[in-house]
Amino acid sequence: MMQLVVLSGFVLAAAAPFLFRWLGDRTAAIMALFPAALVLWLLAQWPTVVAGEPLWLEMAWVPGLGISLDFLIDGLSLLFALLIAGIGAFVLLYAGEYLRGHPDLPRFLVIITAFMMSMLGLVLADNLVALFVFWELTSITSYLLIGFNHTDLPARKAALQGLLVTVAGGLALMAGLVMLAIAGESWSLAELATRGDSLREHPLYTPMLLCVLLGAFTKSAQFPFHFWLPNAMAAPTPVSAYLHSATMVKAGIYLLARLQPGLGGTELWIVILSLVGALTMFTGAFQAIRHINVKKLLAYSTVMALGTLTMLLGIGTEGAMVAFVTFLLAHSLYKGALFMVAGILDHETGTKDVTAMGGLRRVMPLTATVALIAAFSLAGLPPLLGFIGKELMFESVLDASHLTALILLLAFMAAFLTIAVAAIVALRPFFGEPHQTLRVAHEPPLAMLAGPAVLAALSLLLGLVPGSLDGLVGVTVARLGAGEASVHLALWHGINVPLLLSLAGLVLGWLVYRRWDRVRARLAYLDPLMARGPEAGYDALMAALVRLAEWQTRVLQNGYLRNYLAVTLLVLVALVGHAFFFRHAARFDVSIDVYLHEAVAVGLMIAGAVAACLMKSRLAAVAAVGVMGFSIALTFVLFSAPDLAITQLLVETLTVILLVLVLFRLPRFANLSAPGERLRDLIVASAFGLMVTLLMLAVLAGERLPRISDYMVDNSQPQGHGHNIVNVILVDFRALDTLGEIFVLALAAVGVYAMLRFHAAEGSRPATKRPRASDDGE
Amino acid sequence: MEPLMAIAIGVLFACAIYMMLRRSIVKLVIGLMLLSNAANLLIFSTAGMVRGKPPLVPEGLAAPLGEVADPLPQALVLTAIVIAFGVLSFAVVLLRRAWEIVRTDDLDKMKDTDT
Amino acid sequence: MVRSGTLILNVAARFLLPLQLLFSVFLLLRGHDEPGGGFIAGLVAAGAFALYLFAFGLRALRAMIRVSPRDLVGFGLLFALLSTLPAWWQGEPFFTSQWWTVPIIDYKASTPLIFDIGVYLVVLGSVLTAITALTETDREHDA
Repeated sequence: MMQLVVLSGFVLAAAAPFLFRWLGDRTAAIMALFPAALVLWLLAQWPTVVAGEPLWLEMAWVPGLGISLDFLIDGLSLLFALLIAGIGAFVLLYAGEYLRGHPDLPRFLVIITAFMMSMLGLVLADNLVALFVFWELTSITSYLLIGFNHTDLPARKAALQGLLVTVAGGLALMAGLVMLAIAGESWSLAELATRGDSLREHPLYTPMLLCVLLGAFTKSAQFPFHFWLPNAMAAPTPVSAYLHSATMVKAGIYLLARLQPGLGGTELWIVILSLVGALTMFTGAFQAIRHINVKKLLAYSTVMALGTLTMLLGIGTEGAMVAFVTFLLAHSLYKGALFMVAGILDHETGTKDVTAMGGLRRVMPLTATVALIAAFSLAGLPPLLGFIGKELMFESVLDASHLTALILLLAFMAAFLTIAVAAIVALRPFFGEPHQTLRVAHEPPLAMLAGPAVLAALSLLLGLVPGSLDGLVGVTVARLGAGEASVHLALWHGINVPLLLSLAGLVLGWLVYRRWDRVRARLAYLDPLMARGPEAGYDALMAALVRLAEWQTRVLQNGYLRNYLAVTLLVLVALVGHAFFFRHAARFDVSIDVYLHEAVAVGLMIAGAVAACLMKSRLAAVAAVGVMGFSIALTFVLFSAPDLAITQLLVETLTVILLVLVLFRLPRFANLSAPGERLRDLIVASAFGLMVTLLMLAVLAGERLPRISDYMVDNSQPQGHGHNIVNVILVDFRALDTLGEIFVLALAAVGVYAMLRFHAAEGSRPATKRPRASDDGE
Repeated sequence: MEPLMAIAIGVLFACAIYMMLRRSIVKLVIGLMLLSNAANLLIFSTAGMVRGKPPLVPEGLAAPLGEVADPLPQALVLTAIVIAFGVLSFAVVLLRRAWEIVRTDDLDKMKDTDT
Repeated sequence: MVRSGTLILNVAARFLLPLQLLFSVFLLLRGHDEPGGGFIAGLVAAGAFALYLFAFGLRALRAMIRVSPRDLVGFGLLFALLSTLPAWWQGEPFFTSQWWTVPIIDYKASTPLIFDIGVYLVVLGSVLTAITALTETDREHDA
């Protein structure tokens, strides 16, 4: 049911260009109704899910392999699906305005709708294979989105970088998921969640965990793979808003949360996730204040948030899980709003440089209000949802069982840097002295303001009435394996350590903001060091890959047909030979039971083949091949294959006709190769021939398996009504094969005809010159 | 009989490969012909060779009396022979076109013509 | 290369062609019970036409068969595909063979036979396409 909705979303995506032709500029707004309707449907499921009854939607896909398209809607997937569909609706609406008049708007709508549906499928799927398919679909669609401005070199480069990083991780993930399914004996996420104990004991636990983490970390831009995310800012702003608030980058986080009950809780899990998460968190916040491009600032703060989420999953206590869910929701709301505000600024002023903007609150008061609310949530100020999220985060870091001091330090630094980032993004452009900008700024159209306004309002509302989330957070945390939690979110927790940390952070953050220009100048000294970061490693790897490709093209793909052939054959011989002598005690059947006339036929066959190789003239070579063909036909006659014998004879005859028509228009045989080359080729050929002989002898000596043709022999007359079993096989038992074969034959004929026809059509340039060959032909 | 065939097939394959490794494109085509015949024989004889018992059901019976030659490889090889002919005709026409355009039958010289 | 042949060849081709074609149809129809069938019959017919081509040239062959060899290929594929459909009509899986007895001559007609006719036409058409196309361009060269 829901599956069909998601799939029909893909159909909608494909239909977007046609809709656009029909509906024009309203298309985006009308398409936004689709995710909006999904939001309503999901909200209708809220009470059931919160009551602790996940929704199962079954759908078979490949039942034979245990692969299904079952959807599971529990707290976690409901939360994600709501964010995806909800923010998706606003992003579509926003994109319609932002890209109004852009020639490629229809293409954008196609990709972003497909992306949205892939993401929905990813968070709803219960089956590992289905999840992986949707996972890769998000990688591909996001590649297309980042590279949307495909005439722009940096955009293409960033798109490729994002794709390569996430897809490389995707490969590791696939291996990890397969190991997971083997260890847990199930492809179902819900099943696996209940098998945590046996999974953690399993010998494959460590490799499986590392593979899955690699997939999740690359997708969710964790250190040291974080570099692709800020580069992905080459995308149009609605894309950035969508990719970096609700969706793609959270896919890895989602997966980790899903697998937490099955794989989490071990020392390895806790240490890796907390450490990587905390490092990512700090790196993101630190890198953010080095940039003046508003989108880069926000992108790095997203890296910070993703690190926080990973760290919380690593800590894994009940409190950490509550913090995880709250922080996730808060981040999606404010980051979506801020990216769309950034887009508005870009759209209205024509620049992305925050230092070039100022005093905009006078011309765009509404936008300024929205930006301020969202930024307060980012900074973690009361009474916004972001505040609750941050307090809970500090609380669970203080409770952490491993590396407490280190991650607390990193978390604190990240927190005050984030406050500075929030101030830079929301205060700098709107307050202070007005700047001259490229365009004269004014309030954006309603369609662009609606999304950020609603998201910011939600940040505020949920912050004021956090109790409304208790149910969803509680049931989600329970599904995450942290016990039956009855959760009460509140703004005011009394005066405690987290609050004091927040206060200290606020003061420090404000100081950084006030002296930002100087801080940035100081940090510029670090630039040479930064240039040696993980991205430099990526660049070096890509350069090495290109060099490797050039090298192997030079050595292997050198354009000499016989080199390809010789290499392929020698590898084959080596592999078969290895299997032969090291894997099997090769036994050969060498019992010879031959009549003289049979031996003569086989002898003629061999003589014909060898003579064909030795003959100096074409006619003699063709005649030798003919001798071989006729002795093969004779063999068929002697060994009970009348149909084959007839066919072979007829084909031999027609082959001669064909060769007469073609071969004698070509030049004479010439010895083009040096004796050394001929010797080398002789060795390759002999090795291959010997391999075939030995292989066949070994097969003959092996155990005879029951013939599948016994059925055909027994049923040819009763069921096929035919006495010639070979023919019954061809036209009845295996008629589908024959159908394929006659299609091949037809294709060959069409190819022959086309090749000769086209040349006649192209003005018969070669035909005007008489071929030299016919002059010196035999 | 099969061991003898194994030797013959090995020789056929060796001849086919040797011819396909030549620089002359005409020899390449002859190599292709040898190769398809060798492959057909391989399928045919690996299934076991039976003298004088073609896979035919005698008139008035529902199944042949006693063991007959395996019909399935015969069916496979029958289509393979005809398809090999189709492929051969494609190959020789391709060869002729190549000759008409680039005026050489040396594969090493042909490698630089497709720019 | 290919020009009209000698007297003996001409006479032989003229008389052999109908016989060979008749033989090919015979091979086709009996193929289900005796050695023969669509592949073999198609090759025999193609050989017969090739002989005629060598004796009388391309134009004479065209005038005689009237249909383009490529159309034969198309018709063959069509026949083969059509033979798969009656099974659907009967509610059976695709390609299940269907048998009917033709009254009076008591000949068993079937979808496999239709299929075999398709094979016959494809083989005949393909071989003739290759040979006539080659002869045709030869003619351009020789002109």
